[in-house]
Formats: sequence, C-alpha cells, structure tokens
Amino acid sequence: MSDHLILSVDHLTMRFGGIVAVNDLSFAAARGQITALIGPNGAGKTTVFNCITGFYKPTSGAIRLKQQGASDIALEQLNDFRIAKLAKVARTFQNIRLFPGMTVLENLMVAQHNALMRASGLTFLGLIGAPSWRAAEKRAIDLAVVWLKRINLFDRADDAAGNLPYGDQRRLEIARAMCTEPALLCLDEPAAGLNARESAALSELLLSIRADQGTSILLIEHDMSVVMEISDHVVVMDYGVKIAEGSPQHVRDDPKVIAAYLGADEKEAISVMESGE
Amino acid sequence: MTTIPSDHVKPSPTSDIAFILKKAFISAAVALVLFSLMIGVRTEAGPTGQLIYWTRFDDLAAIVAAVFGGSILVEALRRWVRPIGPGTLIPAPVQSAVAQSSRFLAPALLVFALLVPVLFYNQRYILDLGILVLTYVMLGWGLNVVVGLAGLLDLGYVAFYAVGAYSYALLATSFDLSFWVCLPLAGLLAACWGVMLGFPVLRLRGDYLAIVTLAFGEIIRLVILNWQSLTGGPNGISSIPRPTLFGIPLTNDDDGLAALLGIEYSPTHRIVFLFYIILSMALLTNWVTIRLRRLPIGRAWEALREDEIACRALGINTTTTKLTAFATGAMFGGFAGAFFATRQGFISPESFTFQESALVLAIVVLGGMGSQLGVAIAALCMIGGFELFRGLDQYRMLVLGMAMVLLMIWRPRGIIGHRAPTVYLKKAEAISSDLVKEGHG
Repeated sequence: MSDHLILSVDHLTMRFGGIVAVNDLSFAAARGQITALIGPNGAGKTTVFNCITGFYKPTSGAIRLKQQGASDIALEQLNDFRIAKLAKVARTFQNIRLFPGMTVLENLMVAQHNALMRASGLTFLGLIGAPSWRAAEKRAIDLAVVWLKRINLFDRADDAAGNLPYGDQRRLEIARAMCTEPALLCLDEPAAGLNARESAALSELLLSIRADQGTSILLIEHDMSVVMEISDHVVVMDYGVKIAEGSPQHVRDDPKVIAAYLGADEKEAISVMESGE
Repeated sequence: MTTIPSDHVKPSPTSDIAFILKKAFISAAVALVLFSLMIGVRTEAGPTGQLIYWTRFDDLAAIVAAVFGGSILVEALRRWVRPIGPGTLIPAPVQSAVAQSSRFLAPALLVFALLVPVLFYNQRYILDLGILVLTYVMLGWGLNVVVGLAGLLDLGYVAFYAVGAYSYALLATSFDLSFWVCLPLAGLLAACWGVMLGFPVLRLRGDYLAIVTLAFGEIIRLVILNWQSLTGGPNGISSIPRPTLFGIPLTNDDDGLAALLGIEYSPTHRIVFLFYIILSMALLTNWVTIRLRRLPIGRAWEALREDEIACRALGINTTTTKLTAFATGAMFGGFAGAFFATRQGFISPESFTFQESALVLAIVVLGGMGSQLGVAIAALCMIGGFELFRGLDQYRMLVLGMAMVLLMIWRPRGIIGHRAPTVYLKKAEAISSDLVKEGHG
C-alpha cells in the first residue's frame, strides 16, 4: 500500500456470540487527514473504534497502522495499552473518561506517563531527584501548558477535572490524548452534548491539530455540521457494514446514506429527496 | 447532610410531631429487637457446665426508653433548630482555628514524635505504646499505597507483615545475619510475595479482589502454622536477635553501648533505640510515598484508581502499575514485620490474624484514603485511643465502635478526605473528596 495512508482496515469482522456487530468492513484513513466514521445508532462505529484501539480483539480481519519509514504495525495483535504506547494511537471516549479527582494539569501529566517513566529511570532516578528527571518533568509541564492554552483552560489548570463544565471536559480529553503525541487520534463523538458555539470551537481545534501537529484524525460523529465542515473523507456504516464512502458532499447526496438515517429503504429515500428539491 | 439548608416549606407542627413520634417508635422497636437478647437475657455457664440465665428487663427497658427519648430529641433538634453535625456542634471560630492550625499539625506531630523518648524517658509504658503506634502508622502508610493511592482493596495485608517478620526471624536465627542486613532482605521478600499475590488478582475487581486478598492472608498464616519444620508452627520462633547500633549491642555486657560510652546501663536505652528505629522507618515510608506520588508511577496509581480504562487508552501498562503498587505496599509491610520480630524477640502465627489486616485497613479508611497525615492521626487515635479507654474495660470496644460510626457519618471519606494535587502551576488547591474516586479494585 502507498505511504499516504495511516490506517487500513481490511475485512474486519467482530462477533459477540450470535450478533455480528461489524461485518467484513474495509476502509482506510489517509495520513494527515480527518476521516469521519458515521452511521445511525447501533451501526457498529464504536465497535470498530474498540477494535482499532485494542479494547476488543476482532473476530477476524486485519488492522494495519502504517508508519513512515518503518514496517506496518498489526493492531489486531497488540494489547490495549501497547497500541497507545507503541503504535501511538490515542483515543477519547463517548462518555468522557477523565480522571475527575485529579487536576487538569495532572490529567495531562498522566498522559505523558510513558515518556516520563523513561525519564525517571523507571522511578529510581526520580526518587533521588536526578537533574535529568527534573528537566524532563519541566518539559512535560511545558507541553501540558501548551495544550492548556490551546484549549483555553490555562486558568483552570489547578482545578479538579471533575469540576469543569461539560464542554471543557470534552476539550480536555482531546488535549490529554494529544499529550501522548499520537500519530492517529481517534475521537468517539467529540461533539456530543456540545452547543453550536462549542461545536464550532471544537471544529476549529481539530482543524488546528491537523494543520499544526499533522496528526491524522479518525472521528465518530453524529453532529453533521462538524462532520461536513472538517472531514476530508467520510465512511458511512449501517448494521455493521460499510454502505458508502467518499467526500462529505458525495456521501451527503448518497440515497443509501439518507435511507439508512431515515430508517427507510432506498426508493423511499429517493422520493423524499426529489420531493425535497 | 450537614450543609443542606432547611429552607424548604415547613409542614405544620402537628404533622411534625406525628412524624417524630413515628420515627421514635420505629427506633425503639428496632432497639427492643436488638437488645432483648443482648441485654435482656444474660447467660452463663453454671458450676456443673449447664447453662444458667437470668433476665434483666429493667436494663432493657431503660435502653429502649433512652433510644426513644434520644430519637425524639435528635429529630426535634434537626427539625426545629438545625441539622446536627460537626458544622453545628463545633462553633465557627473553633472550626476556623482548626483549619488554620491544620497546616502546622504535621510538623507539630513530627516534633512531638521526636521528643517522646525525651519527655517520657522514665515511662516505659508510654514508650512501648509509642512504638506500637508508630508500627501501625508505618503499616497504615504502606497499605495506603495499595488501598489509598491505587484503589486496590487489600484485606490480606497482614500476610506481608508476617512474611517480613518470619524472614527476619529465620534469617537471623539460622544464618546469624544482623538486623540491618535482614531488613532490606525482609522487605524484598515481602515485595516478591506482593507480586505473587498481584498476579492472580490482576483481573479481579472490588469485592472479588478483596476476597482473594483475604484468602491470601489466611493462606500465609496457615502455611506458617503448619510448616512446623521451618517456622516452628504454633510454637513460633523465639530468641530473635535484637538490633545493634553499627554492630554494638545495647546490652549490659562489657562490649555493650553503655559500657563503651561509660554510662550506666539501663534497659530503657534499648526501648528508646527501638523507638527511633521505627520512627525513622515510618518517616522513610512517608518520604518515599510522598516522592512516589509526584513521580509518574504514583500518578499512574492514582489514575488507575480514578479510571482504569482511560489509563489503558493512554498507554499505561495497568498490569505493572498494579504489581508495583502491591510490591511497594508489601515491601513497607515487610519492613514493619522485621521490626516487629526484632522488637518482640518472639513471633508466632497468632500475631498475624485477619484482625490485624482489618485494623490496618480501618486506620487507612478512617484516616482518609490517600492522605498521609490522616493515616497517622487515625493510627494514633485507633491504637492510642484504644489504650486510653483501657479504664472502661468491657465497654472499650463499644466506645471505639461508636467513635468509628460517628466519624463515618460525619466524615464519610475519613479524617482528611480531600486530595492534595501532586503538581500545580499557580496554587495547589485541595480537591474535594466528592470528586475523588475510591477505586473499584
């Protein structure tokens, strides 16, 4: 496969007992671009995410993370934390999973655990307060501050994460994922529960992440305004299979997609579209 | 319960009285059922082994009446005056003074601890009690790493205490190694056992984790009890060597410390020496724990307590994180065990029952999970307080139990329930206990 891809999912199938949540799904995400995974509730989007990020082991299929100048990583063979650690795939959750009893800054420090662990000489250098550890800790705080400023939470750095308003928690979760310095950022419904203004700010943040960090983003989203505005590529799922793929405009006009969202069959959807026009 | 303002619509006084009476009757009925057998009937073994009993219905009636009256009083106060709690019972100036002085509490306690042997030099009883309290402070701080920071409920902590004690006893009696050589070995062995316990329980959470750790504590005790050839079984191990000061024994011999210094020998020297050993060991535990909290491993422990799934998504190896928590906690338990063995000079499995685990866990929970100062205060109250109530003989347990119940009602997250952040940009603000998770195994 060519170098411009970051992730390729081939014939991914995930069964839970008799239920087929994802059935023979194949798609690819381009490097440095924003790929959206959309579909009605229960289409299997989060299951795909959990397979990519290692929380589920796929029943069959291959998930490859392409590295520049290195061999591919087979994500379906790695354990959960190793995907984040070795393959540099970070994720957020549909229901926010911050560390509510830790401060905003601490949340961002925990995200840099693996780098700091190395710097602290597996704790021993840190325990004696070695200068190299102090320097590493300072760099980690600096990185956290950079992200705090980008998500406009610098003034609340020392507040408990659980005390933040909902929209801030969403942004903090993204910043926390970015503090792991990922190659691929997977966002599970980042705009859920946000108002229009917050959604717009989120779109801006994601676009700036793509532009400044060059991070590839894979995103599940129901908020079509966000999807249409920022996505470079859209994959549409329904009942565990891919029903359409392409640019946002292309997908929006696809009768199959509209049928899936309306819960109607294709003919009805076409008639709805025509009557609408 | 204490902070809810009573500005809701007040019902009429008659319905109030009816409610209060109803509640009082229910309380009295519960008390009647509870105490009818506990107080109403007293049984004893007669001279020939038969059961004799007599009734104490007047005592029972007094208790039930007290519950009835007390219920009316408490409920009336709550309805017509204001809710009862530390916020209302303790006047505001006292509260603010306490809050002010709490900053100096830790240094004051430390200075006091350092001065105890000077102040109470001639009171052997106080010195022994101090050593006991400090042993439990150290155990509490050790368990705090596992329960308070990592949020892993460990009911078998005494196992590591036992491993440490027996490691020292066996190494010292069999190989003639000194206390200072054995101490790190005992800690290391206990840490190994911590990892061994950690492996099977990695996948367990909450209640299941607690049960397996409980079983582990019992297994260790039963092995010690039954492995006669190694551990001496129920007879225990005696004549465990006492610690020396850089090889100088604290005895009445010619090469003892007193003779070397040219002062008169006193057995108190050894007690004071032991006191300072356990004090420095406890302070080392505290220092290491405070340092670890500010290192990535400590933050990972706390993050694990907050949300394990989020930890995994951030690339944190939850397996090694849990194992290091178990190993660190176990190591401190092992140190404390080695000290216990050298202090007692004799150990047997009886010292390592579940009761000890429960006591240490109670200290951690009462102190406030994760709070170093809270654990120290709780150990002081639990162990010292228990001794203080010695005059109450049979009511001692009752008083202690009631104190614990009241504390848990008023301060459900322990004496010091809030969490101090490990890193800050401008100002470290305490995090309310409402936000901090307890961990779920």
